[in-house]
Parts: sequence; structure tokens; C-alpha cells
Amino acid sequence: MSLVGVFAASHAPGMTSRPSLPPPEQSGPVFDAYAELRRRLEAVRPDVLVVLSPEHWSNFFLDHMPSFCIGVADEYWGPTDEEFVKIPMHRVGGDARLARALAAGVAEEVDLSSSQELALDHGVMVPLHLLRTDLPVIPIIVNCLAGFPAPLHRCHALGVALRRTVDRWPERVALLGTGGLSHWPAMPEAGRIGVDFDQRFLEAFLGGRIETFLRYPRERLEAEAGPGGHEIRTWIAVAGVAGDGQGTLLAYQPVPAWSTGCAVAALEPR
Amino acid sequence: MSVYQVQKLLFHVNRDRQVRARFLAEREALVGEYGLTEAERRAVMEPDFHALYRMGVHSLLLAPLAASLGLSFPDYLAILRGSKR
Repeated sequence: MSLVGVFAASHAPGMTSRPSLPPPEQSGPVFDAYAELRRRLEAVRPDVLVVLSPEHWSNFFLDHMPSFCIGVADEYWGPTDEEFVKIPMHRVGGDARLARALAAGVAEEVDLSSSQELALDHGVMVPLHLLRTDLPVIPIIVNCLAGFPAPLHRCHALGVALRRTVDRWPERVALLGTGGLSHWPAMPEAGRIGVDFDQRFLEAFLGGRIETFLRYPRERLEAEAGPGGHEIRTWIAVAGVAGDGQGTLLAYQPVPAWSTGCAVAALEPR
Repeated sequence: MSVYQVQKLLFHVNRDRQVRARFLAEREALVGEYGLTEAERRAVMEPDFHALYRMGVHSLLLAPLAASLGLSFPDYLAILRGSKR
């Protein structure tokens, strides 16, 4: 089996642009968890890192908003929102050969679009920065933003299709989903955090029971987790990749100054 | 209602450095290319983040622009909430 690591982590522009704004007892556990994630990632010696990240108006607009888009290039540039995250724009290596193979494999089961010039925003770049990794990346952008995002159960199907494809490979593949949990991003309500929702979601995610969230009503999700709560799509895909295996929580911390219920976790694939 | 066009303009400004440079150097000409209503045009020219949010512009189109213009995130939020101009 070539799937060597399955991870999920919240991202926030503030993690790099305003690292000292939250009290240390809030930011500390999140940064520590990212450091632990980095150790785990290095320990499994991946050849490539697949990153599932939400769209944030960096690639797509309402003229054409795909549900899923995989980057199939040998290099990418980011972050597009460099002033917002305070990371200078730079090149990120890709792996076009593996990305194309992944796209072709997934397309057997789930429709997805592809791009040879995907732009990377804070959703990918903040985690890569905190993980200090220069692994080649295969980005997959998930619409959690506008138009008609894929229903939650379709995101799980995407994860299952990714797994079936990767399992046929000799290469060592690690996968990271980024986004969520609850947040009201850059809105007047920013700083509000749906702790109850986050805890219930994490319990299902870590307990191998994500199926209880696959039909979660859209209105309820938005009321309890904010518009940013739609980003649990990447976590749900991660659960699909892991075969709904159980996991370890490395941190859960509501951080109002970063406007995010911040969680970092690792799943045991089965 | 052309809030779609306002959002499209901000999408281009945020993701493309060259359009962003035009937003700073020749805003009036750039904004003129998007067919906005007079109220929208005024809100974008200032830019008035409170007004833009209220007319339905997505917050993740506003916050990166505010950062590019040097506005701190707490100040941006205060403007959105109407407690600061």
C-alpha cells in the first residue's frame, strides 16, 4: 500500500500574518500540533503530498466554479493573497506525471476538472509554510465557497476514489486536507466559533463515523459552523481517503483572533 | 443589480498583480471597465468596505483587498461592523 499518511488541519491567514495576536495559550497548541504533524510527515518519507484545499476566489469565479479541480503541473505559485498572509509569493514544486495519473484514476468514479496553472492561496500555503516542507505537491481545490458546492457525501466519494487510485501506486503518498472547522471568515461575525459543532464533528471524524455528517443539512451547517463550515468538505474527503479509519487529535483550539476553530488531526488508514 | 460585476473586479484585483497595480495607479479607468452602477462605483473607488459588504460582496473578496491596501485586519473588521470609518 502506498498511502503512507493521512492528515487534516485547519488553516487561517492569521497563523502567518498575525501569529502573536491570539494569547499564547490559544496559539501555542496549534503551532505545536503543526510541529507534530511535520514530524509525522517526515517520518513516513512521502514522495509526494496531495493537498485538498478550499477555493477562496484565487482560481475560480462565478463564471465557472468547478466542484473539484486537480492541479496537473510541475510547478505552482503562491500565495496569491500574499499581503493577506504575509508570505512572499514563491514557486512550489509539483509532479505532473503523478497528478495526471491521479486525475485519470479519480475520473473513473468522480468528475473533476484539471488545471495546468492552478494558483495556490493561503489554504495551501499556510500549512506548507508551517510544515516547512518542500515535497512536490498535488493540489486539489474543492469548492466550499459559492455557486453549488458538491454535497458532502460527494466529497467523501472523492476521497474514496483518491484512495483506490493511490493504492495501485508504488510511490509513497501522503495526503493533507486543509480548512475548517467552524468560522465566519472576514465577516462582521468573525471571531465567533461553533465549539459545539466542532467537537461533534471531530468526534465523528476521529471515531470513523463520518457517515453521520454526510447528509448534514446546509442551513444547519451554516448556522452552527458559519459559511466557513463548508470547508469540512476537505476533512470529509480525507475521511474517505482513510477508509473511515480512526484518528488522533493533535489539537483543537478555538482561536477567535484567527476567526477559526482550529483543529489538527491524523487518521489511521484502513 | 450588478454586484456580480463588483465581485468580478475585486476577484481580478486580488488575484492578478498587474490588475492590482492598475487599481492603485489608475483606479478610475480600471473601475470604468466593469459597468458598475454609480453607488457601486463610489463604494469601490473609496473603497468603502462597509458599503461593499452590505451590497452583498463576499467577505473573502474584501479582506485580501484591505490587506493589500495596508489596512490592519482588526481595523477592517471594525469598518465592516460599522464601528469605524
